[in-house]
Amino acid sequence: MAEIGFRNVHHRFGERTVLAGIDLTLTEHRVGIVGANGSGKSTMARMINGLVSPTSGTVTVDGLDTTAKGREVRRQVGFVFTDPDNQIVMPTVAEDVGFSLRRSGLNKEQLADRVAQTLSRFGLAGHADHPTHLLSGGQKQLLALAAVLVTRPQVIVADEPTTLLDLRNARMVSDLLYGMPEQLVLVTHHLHLLDGFDRVVVIDAGRVVADGPPADALPAYTGLLA
Amino acid sequence: MQRPRYPRGPGMIGLYQPGTSVLHRLPAGWKLLAMLLAIVGIVLLQAPWQLGVAALAVVGGFALARIPARVTWSQLWPMRWFLLFIAVFQVIFTGWERAVMTCGTLLLTVAVAALITLTTRVTEMLDVCQRLLGPLRRFGVDPDRAGLVLALTIRCIPLMVEIVGAVSQARKARGAGFSLRALVVPSVVRALRRADAIGDALTARGVDD
Repeated sequence: MAEIGFRNVHHRFGERTVLAGIDLTLTEHRVGIVGANGSGKSTMARMINGLVSPTSGTVTVDGLDTTAKGREVRRQVGFVFTDPDNQIVMPTVAEDVGFSLRRSGLNKEQLADRVAQTLSRFGLAGHADHPTHLLSGGQKQLLALAAVLVTRPQVIVADEPTTLLDLRNARMVSDLLYGMPEQLVLVTHHLHLLDGFDRVVVIDAGRVVADGPPADALPAYTGLLA
Repeated sequence: MQRPRYPRGPGMIGLYQPGTSVLHRLPAGWKLLAMLLAIVGIVLLQAPWQLGVAALAVVGGFALARIPARVTWSQLWPMRWFLLFIAVFQVIFTGWERAVMTCGTLLLTVAVAALITLTTRVTEMLDVCQRLLGPLRRFGVDPDRAGLVLALTIRCIPLMVEIVGAVSQARKARGAGFSLRALVVPSVVRALRRADAIGDALTARGVDD
């Protein structure tokens, strides 16, 4: 597993402090990040992929600074957004997965093979030529995940990937995420998804207030609401 | 293999119909060239009987590509009011023959374009555009980026339809009457927010790398 490091990370949006001194080293297979809306958890997640640079401090993935080496980091870290419609670029399913590989150096046949394998893994093989805007919400999120995993990243960061889905689709996506061999950092409000995770980090007002196995960290989080 | 049935959606954009016909297998560049020549040919037609022959050729093209009639119909049906308006205008001011020629020309050119769209993947068309733009690299044009812009434009049409639909429904749900400002302002704000989010997602997918 990759080593994701936060070293004295602070972040501000204008006058508002979003993260206030985060120090963490994440090496576990499955890590959950929970917190109230506006607690800073999504900002943390985006820092792992280099989408947001900290105001001060450093975020690293296997020693690579996500600000200075964003390009290299993004080859290792895939990001799944809450709304898959923002992530899907091409008009058909196979074309969108293939879009992720456009600079991979694969020839046409290799690219088609890799896309077909990935679609098959996500149960989308029968939808290869289906228009992306006509997929169901669950299928769109599966496609977004497939488009990330086709590049074979080491780490997947998923920011509330089940929030917009109904129960069945949320279960399908979360089962897939849980079963992946890749390292997973999951930001979620659905606490039951974190059963079986190796570690849960609880963020409140930009600080880590609990950190440990789900059995310890989740009661600490729900205790904040009491 | 059974052809998949697609539900109707906003704009029917990007409705490639998978298949193995000669038209599907023909390289996109040749198809686009053939489309250009066909459209020029149709525009130059002089008599209704010539239009009839061209119509038979276009119908033959759809049959050759094995495009289902309902799909063909869905491509042409949205033109009905526009064609009716043109036809009435032409009959009043120029006569029935001119009306037939004008409406027939419009209908056939759209049908030819639809035939190419239905048998060609967007990525294949974008590859052709990128190849054509290749020589402009020396003038600072980035063909990859131009191709991506075209793909995003196509992709954003159903997204915009969705945004305008949602804003319109929100207005109705609040019992408000029609107001252009109440439709345009939130639609533009939502579109800009979505553009920001798509920008982030493109960065995350390594587009700038």
